Parts: sequence; C-alpha cells; structure tokens
Amino acid sequence: MLLITCPWCGAREETEFRHGGEGVRVPPDGDDPGWTRLLYYRENPAGPYAERWVHVHGCRQWFHVVRDTTTHQILSTRRLDGQEGAA
Amino acid sequence: MEHAFTNPEFLWRTPQPRASYDVVIVGGGLHGLSTAYYLAKNHGIRNVAVVERGWLGNGNAVRNTTVIRSNYLRAESMPLYDFGLRLWEGWEAELDYDLMFDQRGVLALTHTKVEANGVKRTVAANRLTGIDAEWLEPDDIKAFCPIVNVSPDIRYPVMGASLQRRGGIARHDAVVFALARAASALGVDLLQGCEVTGFEMAGNRVTGVLTSRGRIGAGRVGLVGAGRSPLLAGLAGFSLPIQSYPLQALVSDIVDPVLDCVVMSGTLHVYVSQAQKGELVMGAGRDTYHSYAQRGSFQILEHQIQAALELYPIMRRAHLLRTWAGIVDVTPDASPILGRSPVDALYINCGWGTGGFKASPVSGYVFAHALVHEVPHELATSFSLERFETGTLVDEHGAAGVAH
Repeated sequence: MLLITCPWCGAREETEFRHGGEGVRVPPDGDDPGWTRLLYYRENPAGPYAERWVHVHGCRQWFHVVRDTTTHQILSTRRLDGQEGAA
Repeated sequence: MEHAFTNPEFLWRTPQPRASYDVVIVGGGLHGLSTAYYLAKNHGIRNVAVVERGWLGNGNAVRNTTVIRSNYLRAESMPLYDFGLRLWEGWEAELDYDLMFDQRGVLALTHTKVEANGVKRTVAANRLTGIDAEWLEPDDIKAFCPIVNVSPDIRYPVMGASLQRRGGIARHDAVVFALARAASALGVDLLQGCEVTGFEMAGNRVTGVLTSRGRIGAGRVGLVGAGRSPLLAGLAGFSLPIQSYPLQALVSDIVDPVLDCVVMSGTLHVYVSQAQKGELVMGAGRDTYHSYAQRGSFQILEHQIQAALELYPIMRRAHLLRTWAGIVDVTPDASPILGRSPVDALYINCGWGTGGFKASPVSGYVFAHALVHEVPHELATSFSLERFETGTLVDEHGAAGVAH
C-alpha cells in the first residue's frame, strides 16, 4: 500500500485516497486531433509521472503528486495552487 | 548472453540474430508468439524474429489467471472473441501439446438488479450471435457450483448468473511452450534478452529495430508489447491511447477439489477457479494507479479475499501462497488496437487490457493477416487506432471490467 502525504493532512494510507489520473489537462484550440488527444490520450511514462489524487476519505482536497511509475515512490506532493503543503 | 537462459532445447532453437528479417515481432508474450506462429503457418512467412527483452514466459504470458471465454457484448467483439475460442478448441491437436485446456464453464455472478439486467442483455446478445450463453437463477447456480453461497442474507446476495459452458481455463506455461516450439519449428527465430532500444527509420518508414543485441533489419515490424506498448510507441515517435496498470492475482495452497468451474463477480471484484493441481487461482480488479512495476497494493488482494470468503465460505481454511501482478494495457473502450500505426511498415497489436490470455490465438491470427496483407482481417476492422478520432468506439467495459 502506498503512503501518500496529503498537503493538508500529512501522511496517510492509500485507502483514504482516490487516484485521479494525469495532472493537468489543457483543452485544445478546437481542431479534431486536439480533441482526440484530450479525450483519449494520457501520458503514460516509465518514471516520474505528474498525477492528481483526491483525499476522498479525509479533507476531500485534490492535490498534485509526482510518483515514479517504475518504483511507486512518491517524489513530491503539493497543493493545487502550487504551494507546498503545510502538513 | 548465450548462457543467460536455461532453454529447453528440445522445445525451441536458441539462434543468434540474423542481419535482417521479413518481419520482426517486438514482444515474446503469448500474442507475439501467436503472431509469429500464424505468420509462418497461415502465410508461409518464415523469415521472422520475435525479440523479447526478458525471456519467454516471464511477463503477462504467465501472470494471468488463464480464463478463456467469448461472452462479450458488442457485435464487433463477439465474432472476434468467439473465433478465438474456436481456435482454442483446436489448439491442443494443432500444436500437438497438452495445454490442459478445460471447458469447465464460466459463471458470472450478479448482485444488483442493474448488473443482472446488463448480464441478461449480454446473454441475449451472445445467443443471437450463436455464442453459447445461459442465465441461471440462484438455485441453478447452487446446483452447478455448490460452493457458492446463494443465501439471501449476505451483504451482496447473488441474484443470478450467466454461464458460458464453452468457457474455461488452460495451463499458461504449456501454451508458451507449445507456441514457442511450433513457431521455432516453422523457422521463427526466438531472440530472448533482446530489448528494443529504438527504431531505424527511412523517412516515415521503419526499416529496422535497434536492440541490446545489435541492429536488426526488418521489412515490417509488429509491436506486441502489452503494458509496455506505450513505451515502444514512444521510441517510434507516436503515442497510444493506452494506460498501463498493475493487475494482481494470487493462488492458495493446494486444497482438495472443491470448484470445477470459473466463477466471477463483477460487483465484488473477485474471480476464482481451481487449477487441476489444486490451487485456488484468484484475480481482482486492477490497481487504480499507473505502473510498470509488476506489483500492486495489498488492499486490492485483501478486498478480493474478503469477497471470496463471503461468496465461498469453504475457502476460509485456505492459505494465501503467492501473489503477483502483470502490467495491463488499458484502452478507453476496453477493446484492443489492431493494425496500422502512424509509422509506415510498423503495425500494432495492443490494448487487450485485463483480458488478453483468452485472446492469444485470435490476436495472433488476425494480426499476422494485417502484417501480410496490410489491411485488417475481416474480424478486426473495427479495432483500428483511428477509431479514437472517428469516435466509433467498441465499449466493452461491461464484459471486460472485472470479469477478465
């Protein structure tokens, strides 16, 4: 089980959280290939991956996580406004 | 490298790579081996290499739970998967190998009215397509599979189930051995410890693969990388609408025979069969996060064991012996991607997600056709990469979700 540091609540077990997938999705300017990418394509790197989690059974805040997909090590977590967590 | 693997030489040759091949298949899992086998057998293309970064029988080929069935929902999928099941029915004779292929029946339990309606719909669609499917009421389930707890006072009472009697299991190691032997005998070079590090291109056309064992020229290249397909595509300069997740499974210690069919439960996230040797083989839903690490989180296993104990109280005395995970390649519509890629002469066969084992025969059969004829096999025309641009998705989340 992962131990995830919520920027608001501190380190908690993975079961308190829900994985939200790729971190930042930017809508395209309107062309079809752009929409195809927005709807169906996600980054899927082997290594550091910028994703979002939500502390669904805690403070219910969404936040950013950088996690290595080859080791599951969580490299950093920060608030959605970009600030470091207080916790 | 020659001594890195103890190969059963009586099953397959261990050749050195040639300078070039007509077709190079990247990925030595069951789908890659199956593709190479059918290239040689159905199309007479024998100047073929399968390049595998690890060894034969180390990845998803042996990290699955060996469930075989064809009870999918969509008109595009059912003929594909059922042709695959018919290939299974002939494989032991064709490959001359005891695969322990056993059509013991696959039960899919339902626990809510919505789920029951969905499964009844699939049963109807299957029957209209000529695929065997039955709906069982709880009493019928108890008669067919006595260890299922069908009492109404459990947390999620069983409301009925679909049954595909032609579904079943096989011994996955034997399938690896049989396919590797058959492909090797037909002239296919199986190159283990041969990791692809890049692709050689002439304009937009692939002309070879760069590997840890040197450059290998290729007339055509087929990517059959399962969970690692996105990484291979990245080396070739394009992206795939695939996300890679761990899918875990476990076996118990060896117990007396108690279960002679496959039982799955979508709502409770568990499916179970009993191997001929006696272990209870269980799988669950996939982990929620992306990974290439071939392991997942323990609470997924805990959850599936809780579900199993409620459904099958007799399993209370079994012990957890071993757990593992494979990395599955999940598409947005839970259907595979078969055919052309954005790169000329480079073809892709991926996206089988959580249910690839059953498709081993048909995947290779239709992909070999695409590699030779440069157009999809008639069973695979709906599974191109372009469907994500046109929006003609083949949504099989209901059939593929947990019931792998």
